[in-house]
Amino acid sequence: MIEQTADVVVIGGGPAGLAAAISAKQHRANRVIVLDRNQWLGGILPQCIHDGFGVEELGVSMTGPEYAETYIEMAKSQGIMFLTETMVLRFNEALEIIAVNKKGILKLKAKVIILATGCREKTRWYSMIPGTRPSGIYTAGVTQALINLYNIMPGKKVVILGSGDVGLIMARRLKFEGAQVMGVVEFLPYASGLPRNVVQCLDDFDIPLYLNHTITYIAGKERLEKVTIQQVDHTMTPIPGTEKQIACDTLLLSLGLIPENELAKTIGVEIDDHTGGPLVNQRLETTIPGVFACGNCLQVYDTVDMLSFDAKKTGQYAAEYFIRKKAIGQNSKKGLIVHAGVGVRYVVPQRISTYGTIHFTLRVDKPRGATTLLLTAGKKEVLKKKLLGVNPVSMIRIDANISAEIFMAANELEVTLCDN
Amino acid sequence: MVILCQMKNFQVAIIGGGVIGSALAWELSHYKINVVVFEMGSDVASGTSKANSGVIHSGINSPPSSLKARFCVEGNKMFQSLATELGFPLKWIGKYVIAKDEDEIKELERLKTIGHKNKVAGLEIHDGLIVKKKEPNISCIAGLWVPTAGVITPYECTIALAENATENNVRFLLETKVKYLKKKADYFVIGTNKGEFQADVVVNAAGLNCGEIVSMIETPDFQIFPCRGEYLVLDKTYGSLIQSMVYPIPNKELGVLGVHITPTIDGNILLGPSAEFIDDSYDTSTTKEMMKTLFQEAREIIPALPEDTAINAYAGIRCKLASQKTGGWADYRIEESKRNPGLIYLLGIESPGLTAAPAIAKEVTQMISRRMNLEKKTTIRIQAIRRSRFSEMSLDEQSTLIQRDNRWGRVVCRCEQVTEAEVIDALSNPLNAQAFSSVKYRCRAGMGRCQGGFCTQHIVRIMEQQFHKDVKELKLKSPNSHLFIGNVRREI
Repeated sequence: MIEQTADVVVIGGGPAGLAAAISAKQHRANRVIVLDRNQWLGGILPQCIHDGFGVEELGVSMTGPEYAETYIEMAKSQGIMFLTETMVLRFNEALEIIAVNKKGILKLKAKVIILATGCREKTRWYSMIPGTRPSGIYTAGVTQALINLYNIMPGKKVVILGSGDVGLIMARRLKFEGAQVMGVVEFLPYASGLPRNVVQCLDDFDIPLYLNHTITYIAGKERLEKVTIQQVDHTMTPIPGTEKQIACDTLLLSLGLIPENELAKTIGVEIDDHTGGPLVNQRLETTIPGVFACGNCLQVYDTVDMLSFDAKKTGQYAAEYFIRKKAIGQNSKKGLIVHAGVGVRYVVPQRISTYGTIHFTLRVDKPRGATTLLLTAGKKEVLKKKLLGVNPVSMIRIDANISAEIFMAANELEVTLCDN
Repeated sequence: MVILCQMKNFQVAIIGGGVIGSALAWELSHYKINVVVFEMGSDVASGTSKANSGVIHSGINSPPSSLKARFCVEGNKMFQSLATELGFPLKWIGKYVIAKDEDEIKELERLKTIGHKNKVAGLEIHDGLIVKKKEPNISCIAGLWVPTAGVITPYECTIALAENATENNVRFLLETKVKYLKKKADYFVIGTNKGEFQADVVVNAAGLNCGEIVSMIETPDFQIFPCRGEYLVLDKTYGSLIQSMVYPIPNKELGVLGVHITPTIDGNILLGPSAEFIDDSYDTSTTKEMMKTLFQEAREIIPALPEDTAINAYAGIRCKLASQKTGGWADYRIEESKRNPGLIYLLGIESPGLTAAPAIAKEVTQMISRRMNLEKKTTIRIQAIRRSRFSEMSLDEQSTLIQRDNRWGRVVCRCEQVTEAEVIDALSNPLNAQAFSSVKYRCRAGMGRCQGGFCTQHIVRIMEQQFHKDVKELKLKSPNSHLFIGNVRREI
């Protein structure tokens, strides 16, 4: 058994883990160790060979591997330690981590742990699509890895279910590599990926987008032979008589992402049902003291730029936690619960343990035109912001000042949308 | 070795590598005879043997003096030593058959009487309160407690039988489809896509295809009625809803046991199977309607069963000798052909076929011994301890193994914590079964929550680099279930 100690252990060496590690180091954490189960760092970025990364954050459009490289170099130059091909098996509330790699079993004692475990893709069984179980059904991310990292072409004639960003990008990628892309099927009345991706990946290549449609049957004895698509009504119920069969040998599933918190759950980190990520306070600390979260395991982000921005905050808060013991609010039991009210799907953080300026990220439940976002404490209005239009695909970020007076008086905060 | 590979003459040929064929192969591997098994799938247990409830039945459901009752009760008693010897997990969790009203209590009495006649031990009728104490989530007024019912993972059992039989010189030929069968003077000629073979005795253990095999050589005096059973697998989070299996009163019209709830070896819960007579014996598709029905029927047993708890669905097909019209119940047929002596039929081996398999194997071995001299081998290779699972070891055991072979330190499937060493071991199986599902069924890689999202690429690399496979050859589970069409670009 190999034993080590560290100030900060970051679980996951994707963009969030790298950003958090760098930031923790910059905020005077000494020994920072990043663990990752893959052979490489950067998480999913090395397979994202399209560009558009870094525009908001750095003002340059980079490919995924380029963006990752920027962070990896920065991290290495700062003396952050990396253990790749290292899988965390378990950890506990005393912040002891058991991990494994080819050298053996590792026991790490940390002063603080940052969860940067990312997310996983939803599978066919998330939607329980009936039919046979042939080969040729892949999630979009797996296909992206197969094509871009492993030089493997899954099929020739492809249908994509779900219009999330990975699905849209893979539609274009497959077309580039000579596959026939028969269409993208989306059960919502609008695409769930970024509008720029709908234009650049589908429209520019004449790939049909079937909105208000879903796949209701998968057929094929050994390899996939065809799928049945069907129109859905406003309750998402398939409408009889609208069935249409599309011959294909490959089905890509881009059904969305699930924050990966299996590890966190084992030690009782509370999970928010709406984000799928840990319930955190304004310092991005989970319900287990000394355990922080960032990146897609906290909430699924729209872009890596925003994710890095927030992950750096996590790194800073984590370093400050043990250096200055600046876990503000720890001395008072008082805390505010943040609720997602009318029109809002979720808000992060879900708890506030002190007054001051708080950075909120949130998503709305459905697309709307002009609306007003309201942050209230009991009957008292804390913040009011007019928004021109909102869409669940775009995360909303606001800073709000919670005064000492409001903090002491209220028990709850609520974020709502109020149509004008 | 070369001679062995070219050998085409066998004393016994078994058609079908399901649990029945594999159990017989294993039984015969103890004797000094040459045995071959033809399996058309890419691995053993590729039909009904992998898609069932995995229940080791007690024998309360089949009429006394039927073959079903006899082999079920005999097989049940053999399973513990089989599991220990071959190293597959078996849990005697017991089962309840529950009654919802007074009429159904009479049914419990009837089942208990049948059970007594079949010499099933330990049967007791419990009133609703006692059932509630043991199974708080079950709603009923009484339950028949059957302590001698257990669960296994059905494909693990079949794989263990087949692999150990192979280690003892039985030849399993995978992806080998029998195309014709001819009787010569005192032997049979079996034509396959891999060439012609000869055997003195042929055993038809082809399951759903048993009729097709018979018609190659004579006119069948029976018909197979495929009856599909769909299942839903619930997330492990709900694994504690029940401790034992829970069955409704059997459905007599269809000759099946009805939708029951089964805790699996791995901690999931199974709902099913449905019962639906279909035309195509290969049609293992699942349907939206049946998914709903399964849920509704399971709710009759566990009213508090939450919605949207299923994480997977599959279907298996029963090989029935009786049609829906005639009530679906018929006994097994285990007999030698009168027109073609030396040809042994195993027909209509549906539930409790898994339980009955080792007993049927003994019976068939007896039948074979009447045709040839069966002499026991003096030494038998015992199955190496069950495939070791990293996830089930202590930290010390894990450390020791990694020091010995560092591939134990690389986790390939993160959901089930399966290491590279285990994947390589699974791929190095004695049957040479190398489909993706062969890996999955042997070491659980790809069976977890992400359903292969993380491990697929790593397993592909291992197959390419360490087993020198071309990506075009890689298959999901059957001969034509190719995974990829090739490389994106030619490697330089």
